[in-house]
Amino acid sequence: MTPHPTGALLSRYARGADGVDEATVWALEAHLECCAACRAALAGAVDPATVALLDEVAVRIGAGVAAGPGPARPRRLRRTGVAARTVRWLAAAAVTVLAAVACEKSFASMPSLVLLVAPMAPLLPVAAVWSRHTDPAWELVATGARAGLWLLLRRTLAVLLAVTPVLAVAGWQTGHAPARWLLPCLAFTAGSLALGAAIGVDRAAVALALGWSAAVVLPSLAGQRLPGVLDSAAWPLWTGVLAVCVAVLLARGAGRRAGPGRP
Amino acid sequence: MMRAVSAAETAPPVYAWAVHAEALVARAGRHVAVDRLDLALGTGVHGLLGPNGAGKTTLMRTLATVVRPSGGRLHLLGEPVTGRADLRRIRRGLGYLPQHFGFYPRFTVREFVEYMAWLKEMPKGAIPGAVQRAIDRVGLAGRADRRMKTLSGGMLRRAGIAQAIVNDPDLLLLDEPTVGLDPEQRVGFRELLREIGTDCCVLTSTHLVEDVAAACADVVLISDGRLVWQGDTQQLADRGGAGDAGDSATERGYAALLRAHRGGTGTTAQARDGQARGGQDRGGRDRDGSPA
Repeated sequence: MTPHPTGALLSRYARGADGVDEATVWALEAHLECCAACRAALAGAVDPATVALLDEVAVRIGAGVAAGPGPARPRRLRRTGVAARTVRWLAAAAVTVLAAVACEKSFASMPSLVLLVAPMAPLLPVAAVWSRHTDPAWELVATGARAGLWLLLRRTLAVLLAVTPVLAVAGWQTGHAPARWLLPCLAFTAGSLALGAAIGVDRAAVALALGWSAAVVLPSLAGQRLPGVLDSAAWPLWTGVLAVCVAVLLARGAGRRAGPGRP
Repeated sequence: MMRAVSAAETAPPVYAWAVHAEALVARAGRHVAVDRLDLALGTGVHGLLGPNGAGKTTLMRTLATVVRPSGGRLHLLGEPVTGRADLRRIRRGLGYLPQHFGFYPRFTVREFVEYMAWLKEMPKGAIPGAVQRAIDRVGLAGRADRRMKTLSGGMLRRAGIAQAIVNDPDLLLLDEPTVGLDPEQRVGFRELLREIGTDCCVLTSTHLVEDVAAACADVVLISDGRLVWQGDTQQLADRGGAGDAGDSATERGYAALLRAHRGGTGTTAQARDGQARGGQDRGGRDRDGSPA
């Protein structure tokens, strides 16, 4: 700390620093910032008119603060507001899954619709959280420092946290083991993100959903039997697919910089 | 309480130009919108002028790192922008107002600006103060807690400017910022631009030549994706003759330069007017000119 200033210097400073050179004023102010005793001495050196003025200012500011609006309350759920845009997509996914449960319970002879629909359930909401068409501020998001893989994973995780409980209820109601619906669901989500690095997440998710519907859902509904890939014994396959997709995602993600909807 | 100034804020920049493009090529879809453009911009307010379809918005998007350059070299804030470069450092120092300012209608102005501050990786503790300051600067303090969807066009534009300046950017890109502002707000906005431009590189694109004359120190004129002319506002005004179209000297200068460019008489190299900045310019080139 710099040495304490003399009383003469303090009183000249209190009168408006007349005749004191700038370097001395800087040194004095730097000292005053961290020395309570000298601040008290300065307060004593100020002339009475200034003291009265300062008191009046303090009173008025106090009155203004008391009469004015309160401080803005921070909202913790602010950022989930971003996800609010995707509520209708999440609702659509939930309705589809619940309709599949109803169908499966009503028509026992049909192949399990819950298992057929589960891989596709998170795809539409995932497409919606990372698409230029559904995110009005995509251009701003894309220029944010946070844009990129981690923001995408964050939003995807939010979708999974919303969709998985619905699937869990569906699985519990229809008596399917979690591995049979959860693993395909996760594998397809990871697949859409990994494929998204090349063609855009929204397009990848829609392509995967359409591909699954055409290649598996329609044939199994027509043939009235569940394909082998949805058996309980197929879990190593799904785990493998999941692992490969996550590896691809992380490997490609290191240099990833894009915002919504861009490869 | 006074705001503490960190060492990072007072450190001098180690780059010569905030924006340095050499033979930059950028596409809008399949169309080559920016065609071998050379541009060097330092601190100050620069106005980007050009006719419709000149490539202004694509250039803005490229500088904002939304569009990847498809050729040439681009350095922003001293960092190269290439295929796999980590852009986070650039983006932290970037403020951008897109031409089509998309927003979340249910957010209040404060929430929206806070969200943008979070996206720009501002430190958590600094966000509330910075947000309030940005909203104050654009004159929206009285409407900070209103939802975005209830704002008028001019207020939305100002909210857009607030989110762009919330992180005290080193490079501020404003694409058509004065659209929808009434005359009084435009004057206030020019004041704000001049204030920000004292320690930051501001590039503002506009159709309104009078905005450039009033608020910008430096003018960049592009046409068909090429740099037509770069110089200060006075030089632009001097370019105009009595026979050129336009109501003010600046407008006549603009018309004269475009006419000369279309007639093929003005080439990019000859048209570069900044004598005052000539030596500095070359210095910048030499410094950044080493092959990457």
